[in-house]
Amino acid sequence: MRLEAKIAVITGGGSGMGKAMAMRFTEEGAKVVLADISGKQDEVAASLNEAAKAAGVNETIAVAVHANVASEDDVRNMIATAEGEFGRLDILCNNAGFGGPMAALADQDLETWNRVHDTNIKGPFLGMKYGIQSMLKTGGGAIVNTTSASGVVGWKHHSVYGAAKAGVNQLTMAAALDYSDQNIRINAIAPGTMWTGLVEASQTYDKPPADFPTLAGIPLGRWGLAVDIANAAVYLASDEAAYVTGVILPVDGGYCVGFSGMGAERPGIATVNEGET
Amino acid sequence: MAGRLEGKHAVITGAGSGMGRAMAELFAKEGAQVLCADISGQQEEVARSLGDAGVPFQADVSRSGDVQAMIAAAEDAFGRIDILVNNAGIAQMPVPMHEHSEELFDRIIAVDMKSVFLGMKYGITSMLKTGGGAIVNTASAAGLTAWKGTTSYGAAKAGVIQLSKIAAVDYAEHNIRVNAICPGYVWTSIIPGMGDTRVPPEGTPNPPGAPMERWALAEEIASAALYLASDEASFVTGTAFPVDGGYTTV
Repeated sequence: MRLEAKIAVITGGGSGMGKAMAMRFTEEGAKVVLADISGKQDEVAASLNEAAKAAGVNETIAVAVHANVASEDDVRNMIATAEGEFGRLDILCNNAGFGGPMAALADQDLETWNRVHDTNIKGPFLGMKYGIQSMLKTGGGAIVNTTSASGVVGWKHHSVYGAAKAGVNQLTMAAALDYSDQNIRINAIAPGTMWTGLVEASQTYDKPPADFPTLAGIPLGRWGLAVDIANAAVYLASDEAAYVTGVILPVDGGYCVGFSGMGAERPGIATVNEGET
Repeated sequence: MAGRLEGKHAVITGAGSGMGRAMAELFAKEGAQVLCADISGQQEEVARSLGDAGVPFQADVSRSGDVQAMIAAAEDAFGRIDILVNNAGIAQMPVPMHEHSEELFDRIIAVDMKSVFLGMKYGITSMLKTGGGAIVNTASAAGLTAWKGTTSYGAAKAGVIQLSKIAAVDYAEHNIRVNAICPGYVWTSIIPGMGDTRVPPEGTPNPPGAPMERWALAEEIASAALYLASDEASFVTGTAFPVDGGYTTV
């Protein structure tokens, strides 16, 4: 049990990577607060509790809470929920995200800029602000921010999204230094092209069907799965990673380093759709 | 309950002490069989302590013949190699570049960087025969940022990072993943006088400028290697992963 007795808040816990984190974390002995704007967190929490009960665990292991991560009140409330239901906060996963339309920079609207930045960078800032305040009261903790490979390198038609994600990478590194001597570790996972809510077909298929095209430019030649991110999050959140802080870990099939040779065009990522992650 | 490396077969260089020893112990605990390679002779005791899971091998990783023989020995003992950890290395005392000898430069490059090329050259040849594998190379935070006085060590470790990335893109389509770990200050016996204790003795000064104000333990580097070597990291390749207490963010 790699996260035995840990209490975790996961934003965007109702679907995709957040849901996969909730499943892996509870498998490893943690209890979770699933915060989401969509309502889907209720069902995820219910099914985690049912599974626990069936396995003979006689306590609540998952609690659902509504949160718009760009709302300071909602974020304060989601942290307070963890403290109220479970007594403390050990792990915070700022994972909720919003994709926005793919377009060249001059074709992006200001409204998209605002919406993308509200969820994708203000949200993690608020989460860290209130999460850290809580963790300082109980002697420490671990924070894992879901950013993106598009915040590490340039992705065609992802300037607005990439900028917000790059901002979270920077928040991660600086905040890690703020609290490195107070037992709070802060890291980020930078997913590549993931088979989750940003890809429409993932609503129908759990994994890419055999004939679904893989994107060019990804060395490992496949889509990432939510569980790939969840496994990275388990490691970074656990005590095994006690000397890891301020790190941006790409989980991207090698995209950030892939370049297939002189003259080969580095493709952009062409299938991210508008909508919640 | 199955370990995280259940049924896997690993080769670890520099397994006689420090991070390599910690990796060998942790990998065996998680169900792997481990060929423990080292130049010092200490690998005998480490392999013995792992029981059936451990096989010792004497090797100077800067020598092509030794590395080839090491890979062949693992194939003989295990039938296949699933994991290769190129971890062996030596340090240098900090010295200004203009006073750094050519001899020391050649030696550090040979033991710390060429060794990784040799390990991957022969290790990948083996993995291609058996359908894939995972490689973890011990680089250093000193290969990502410039540590004063580390002309050869820094260059070698930066070279290890680049070799890792190139191998990652060369062999991704062959189901071989390659990642580099970049430790910061780790409590091992790599620096003369540090001794071979598992934790720093009482009163040991903190490493200079380390945000976490302590040394890493070898086990903490081993945990990172375990994650990267395991199937949990099946979408992770080409990374230079700092395990350095925040050092490279400064």
